[in-house]
Amino acid sequence: MSTAPSVETAPSQTRERWRGLLDAIEAPLKMTFGYFGDHSLMLAQAIRWLFRRPFRARIFLEQMEFVGVGSLPIILLVGFFSGAVAAQQAIAALSIFGQERFVGATVGLSLAQELAPVFTALMITASAGSGMATELGSMRITEQIDALSTFAVNPVQYLVTPRIVATFIMMPIMTMVFNIIGLFGAYLYSIYLKNIDLGQFIEMYTYWTDPKDYIIGGTKAAVFGISVSLAACYQGFNLRGGAKEVGLATRRAVVSGSVSVLVLDYFLIDLFHILWPYKT
Amino acid sequence: MTPSATQPPANATAPLVPEDPSRRNERWQIRIRGLQKAFGAHHVLKGVDLDIERGKTNIIIGGSGQGKSVLMKHLMGLLRPDAGQIWVDGQDIVSLGDVEMGQLRRKFGMVFQYAALFDSMTTMENIAFPLLERYSLPTDEVIERVRDLLRRLDLAHVVGIEEKFPAELSGGQRKRVGLARALIDRPEILLYDEPTTGLDPVATKNVDEMIRRTADQFGVTSVVISHDMASTFRIADRVSMLHDGRIIVTGTPAEVLASRQPELREFVETSGLVAAGAGAGP
Repeated sequence: MSTAPSVETAPSQTRERWRGLLDAIEAPLKMTFGYFGDHSLMLAQAIRWLFRRPFRARIFLEQMEFVGVGSLPIILLVGFFSGAVAAQQAIAALSIFGQERFVGATVGLSLAQELAPVFTALMITASAGSGMATELGSMRITEQIDALSTFAVNPVQYLVTPRIVATFIMMPIMTMVFNIIGLFGAYLYSIYLKNIDLGQFIEMYTYWTDPKDYIIGGTKAAVFGISVSLAACYQGFNLRGGAKEVGLATRRAVVSGSVSVLVLDYFLIDLFHILWPYKT
Repeated sequence: MTPSATQPPANATAPLVPEDPSRRNERWQIRIRGLQKAFGAHHVLKGVDLDIERGKTNIIIGGSGQGKSVLMKHLMGLLRPDAGQIWVDGQDIVSLGDVEMGQLRRKFGMVFQYAALFDSMTTMENIAFPLLERYSLPTDEVIERVRDLLRRLDLAHVVGIEEKFPAELSGGQRKRVGLARALIDRPEILLYDEPTTGLDPVATKNVDEMIRRTADQFGVTSVVISHDMASTFRIADRVSMLHDGRIIVTGTPAEVLASRQPELREFVETSGLVAAGAGAGP
């Protein structure tokens, strides 16, 4: 009889250990799935309301102006210096092999597929995304969102859908702006400071970069636009509390928007390289 | 007969109305039975029975965190109950879909605690918002209706009010602009969420007068959420007290003041409206 307890104890200890482990991962798992689930539900609602009357063209245009025109100065500034820095690094690396003439191709490709969409998304997250989270958060705590509902106006249709659509449209456009100004920065640095031959710069750029590079960059930018604006709208729209929470929600919006851009970038670029392998 | 603690007062909620609450009733515009609402493990409303009298100023009093605002949000369908029913003019609103609920909300106007004006819009745009969202009216007509309301609510004399943003208005002006926005679509029922919170005594008196005058002038049914007892007994036609998720007393102000309900007595006495022991029944 004396062995009976030890026989029973071993499985029960294992069970306890498993239960402890499950308890430990339950909360983070619930939170993670809840987080993605809530975001997906909000996106689904925003898409559903896009196709229902009334269509408020003015609000869509206002949001496009907010996202696009509002972020233009920072994108011009960052784009110019990113292009120049990319050229600087490319020339430094290529000069090891005496192939500085490839700088146009290197910078053009980097900008089109990576730098322009990612940096534009990060800039728009910081400027427009934070603005969206703050605005919706303030509207929530001052009951303006409840007020919309009392007038039988769906708050998701009125506030969330235009912001997501506007960012989805404006992100590829701003990415093109980034590309242009970035190339201009690279051109100025390479031609005037490093005396790279203009003909070679242009020839290498036009040979190695294709419209598909810009299609890849633009598509990525559009996807980033959805994730960035969704993160911002979600944080602002679902805010509970007061002024302090508005600040925290803004921070969460910027952090989750930026992280989503970098994570999505990894998977998207993998996908696009399977679909369209690099030119060799 | 004066209500007493041993004898249920005439205004007690249990035997409220013997007839079928789902039928349209000329006296009671809104009827609530067994309303329950919980947020997670926190049960806010535990079975609210309440009738709102048509054309009168109905005030719901209660301490902080008792669920007054939650109850009000149910009246407009902004929250769905876990259990219980609400009829507005005999229509069961709990089972309504989004579209029908949208139509029902046209009967209501709501004045928020801090006005909840859209801060990106001017006064004119704020007040016109419900009309612009619901109808395709000529601009001239919308402007005329807004100006008419500004005149009737004593706001027309404020220089440049139409173009002012909410941040440029005083607290009292914001409340009245909020009221104008609630009234612009000529609602049958006006809901006020703690309208005197954060106001000084003079401003409180002005808001009380505004509520009273609006009820008389526009013939609306008013439902006011408040914990301001002085204000309540100045303007109420009917008073109900929400405590621990239930309506524990309801009736005319005189009936409620005479009630011996301990929670109500404590609330009334703490507010300084009557001295302890005064106003109770035999």
